[in-house]
Amino acid sequence: MAKKPHPYIPNSVPEVKAEMLRAVGASSAEELYAEMIPDRLLFKRRMELPKALPAEHDLKRHVAGILSRDSTCAETLSFLGGGCWNHFVPRVCDEIAGRSEFLTAYAGGYYSDLGRFQANWEFQSLICELVGMEVSGIPTYDWGSAAGNAVRMASRLTGRREILVPASMSPARLGVVANFCNTTKMPDALKIRKVAYDPETGKLDLNDLKKRISAKSACVYFENPGYLGVIEDQGEEIAEITHGAGAEVVVGVDPISLGVLAPPSDYGADIVCGEVQPLGVHMSAGGGLAGFIASRDEERYVSEYPLRLISVTGTKVEGEYGFGQAKYERTSYMAREKAKDWVGTTTALHGIIAAVYMSLLGPEGMKEVGEAILLKSHYAAERLSEIEGVEAKFPSFFKEILLNIDATGKKVKRVNKALLKRGIFGGKDISREFPELGQSALTCVTEVHSKAGIDRFAAELEAVLR
Amino acid sequence: MTEPKVRPYHAAAWSEPLIHELGRSGERGVILPEVEADVRKAVGKPELLILKSMRRKAKPGLPELSQPQVLRHWLRLSQMTLGMEAEIDLGVGTCTMKYSPKVNEELAAMVANMHPDQPEESMQGLLEVAWRFANVYLREVSGLDAFTFQPPGGSAGAFNNAAIMRRYHELNGELDQRDEIITTIFSHPCDAACPATAGFKVVTLYPDEETGYPSVEALKAAVSRRTAGIFVTNPEDTGIFNGHIDEWTSIVHEVGGLCAYDQANLNAVMGVTRAADAGFDLCFFNLHKTFSSPHGSSGPGSGAVGVTEELEEYLPVPVIIKEGEEYHLDYDRPKSIGRVRDFLGNLQVVVRAYAWAAAMGADGLREAAEVSMINNQYLSEKMKEVPGVTKPYGGKRLDQVRWSLEKLKKETGCGIDDVNHRVIDYGVQSFFTSHHPWVVPEPFTPEPCETYSKADIDYWIAVLKRVCEEAYEDPKILKEAPHNSSIHALDSAPFDDPERWAMSWRAYRRKMK
Repeated sequence: MAKKPHPYIPNSVPEVKAEMLRAVGASSAEELYAEMIPDRLLFKRRMELPKALPAEHDLKRHVAGILSRDSTCAETLSFLGGGCWNHFVPRVCDEIAGRSEFLTAYAGGYYSDLGRFQANWEFQSLICELVGMEVSGIPTYDWGSAAGNAVRMASRLTGRREILVPASMSPARLGVVANFCNTTKMPDALKIRKVAYDPETGKLDLNDLKKRISAKSACVYFENPGYLGVIEDQGEEIAEITHGAGAEVVVGVDPISLGVLAPPSDYGADIVCGEVQPLGVHMSAGGGLAGFIASRDEERYVSEYPLRLISVTGTKVEGEYGFGQAKYERTSYMAREKAKDWVGTTTALHGIIAAVYMSLLGPEGMKEVGEAILLKSHYAAERLSEIEGVEAKFPSFFKEILLNIDATGKKVKRVNKALLKRGIFGGKDISREFPELGQSALTCVTEVHSKAGIDRFAAELEAVLR
Repeated sequence: MTEPKVRPYHAAAWSEPLIHELGRSGERGVILPEVEADVRKAVGKPELLILKSMRRKAKPGLPELSQPQVLRHWLRLSQMTLGMEAEIDLGVGTCTMKYSPKVNEELAAMVANMHPDQPEESMQGLLEVAWRFANVYLREVSGLDAFTFQPPGGSAGAFNNAAIMRRYHELNGELDQRDEIITTIFSHPCDAACPATAGFKVVTLYPDEETGYPSVEALKAAVSRRTAGIFVTNPEDTGIFNGHIDEWTSIVHEVGGLCAYDQANLNAVMGVTRAADAGFDLCFFNLHKTFSSPHGSSGPGSGAVGVTEELEEYLPVPVIIKEGEEYHLDYDRPKSIGRVRDFLGNLQVVVRAYAWAAAMGADGLREAAEVSMINNQYLSEKMKEVPGVTKPYGGKRLDQVRWSLEKLKKETGCGIDDVNHRVIDYGVQSFFTSHHPWVVPEPFTPEPCETYSKADIDYWIAVLKRVCEEAYEDPKILKEAPHNSSIHALDSAPFDDPERWAMSWRAYRRKMK
């Protein structure tokens, strides 16, 4: 069969392939495979796959043809959040994200990839400023994975095996943490215990915390803002109770709130984790996530990180900076099963994008974005609460409003279907995740929403509920 | 044939300051969307919306720069990064540094503004792409039956598979008995670290001196009623294919264990040999390696997992299913391991992988495999010209070879680290050596995948040859390398010194005082 050379495969030119086969003294690829793989394991037929589309134009028409059926939050008014959020992405973030060098680098050395290491380090530097810590690393997969690593760090630090988490935590994120903790009866498993939240405020129930915390508790994990949107303002009390029991305080944060909200270090956090995506990374249907971990610069904490930690250093030229991996023998690349959890290909590019974002916004921009979110979300809460039967349930929130519609007798699912017909993605239906909260939608408003958009939502919601 | 002339390279050397040292107070890189006056009027002062105790007191210590200066800083850092596209990156083996077609970036960008919880009817296209890539392409490549894209990297795929094994034995009531995972030393470290994180004890098999992989007898001696399963890469990171792999899976199945295949090194065997046909129950693919999605300076990637029909119900939720012509997210799976990551995984990576596979088709995938394999034979042949290099273990290799510079080190004092510092002076990326432990002394592992032309391989070999010759002629050249890099020899002592390491500007400033 005469084949056209494929544009992605230079040596698919038949003459070249033949020349190379001659150079290695073989007559065909089959002959070589037969020397390396036993006959019984060779796949003998041609794979049955759709016809190839080697022409870029045809490929684009095919794939774009499928994807263009979808709607996105760019043209559809969306109030979805709950772990992946629609925030403003500055064009410079896209520009750097698309730079060939960062996009296609991987495992180069300290010299040849100096810029990549400096970029990784600057992400650490900038996120540390937001959370008030001194150590961070190259981000991991998502907030849930970061929380999973963080509570395991706490367990190793304390030698204890119980993890306390708020019952208001995202079930999906808790699911990720549960896989890290291991919910079986294996000897190394960590036990997760849920601490109740106040049904009026959504904040942690401190009495329940006091009841549940014990000398077995490795850490108390809580979030700011939490999955249900609530700003947890009892951080200091929680930290006092936790430290009193000899446990670690682990706080998960949405860093886009930290221009206006107190950093977790102010209220006693020992380990901070959270989600990087709000800082300039596109949602990409959930593919934009990246989780960070941060802590104080103490050797006992540093020793427990699974992540790659980049340190700055000097060179033989005065004033010149170099970068490299700190305490690398901790990692699974060095220690295999004896490592601190594992590390792998995670989300370094998202970390770099977030670093660009933080350097674009600066302290004033971070304050302004936080204020814009607060103003718009509270405006939305006021407008939406004016609708009969609609209640913004928890009073102290950042960007997610727990919108309850019990009094209307309607179901969120049906309301959202009707909203979709009007070109709106309504808030996330959490009636199955939190049956105790009735028919509630986690309604996310950020700096990207305009007053006109919020007003339109309020009008459409009112029409749908009528 | 004339040897290609090695060309000197000089890296960009901007002596770029840290971002915290740039800009001045008051500068702004970007203005946030407007907050309308009516909104401000209706809501009042934003600080009053937060309880006083929760208000941030001191502004975060971020730098203040205008937009052109921010862009310039990050551009300079990018220029001081030797990205794969600008050079011949075949020295970074096990990583399959293949070309990521540019058109795929445009296609992936189509999903940039989608939210994962959008109504299913608004994301049928994306779900179709993901479903088709799994159930048409990966199914045919692996022979397995059901798939998930939730694991966002290769190691996360291994962890996902450890969690499935854990759940499988738990539901069968055997977990208290089955607490051991067997792997091999030339399997990726994740095949040991992820099962360990999942709570298993890990037993590591070492290679037979002749074949380069552990013998069937070694496996037989290792399995028992305690065996939960095996995690094995094949071809291993040495490029050697374990031809007894189907016997291995039978042995493990006989004692009641499961078999997980790490398919990170799939590239040279696509359409040549399949996971299911070797008896595996689970496997994972690195879509950022074999399936062309760019490596992104180390992620986002995707560790796509495939399992047999028997294990389908253990996959993390949600699973993308097709009913009639519609695609749905199925959450109702009582035996599921739950979640290994929030939402659906890195679907923008899946879009790229689908586009690549669609451009290749059956013959293209096979061609990519064959050319990768032939490239490796050719590179191996050329390696004979390079002084100081040896090949531990006999036999031909598929996608790569784990070579040794032990001879060079003994004869010149220059080992892999020295060579790695010198090759970049000729515009070639530092090689991937090997994960630890270095069972092969002074290792390096080039992987000349289908992206690289014959001329590329010839050039790369010419560089390595020149550098090794330099080691014999004047080792100082290597010992003092790199000579034309972005920076001069760095001081690595602080990396392991708590008093001197600094993972942030804050720590650096404090420690410099």
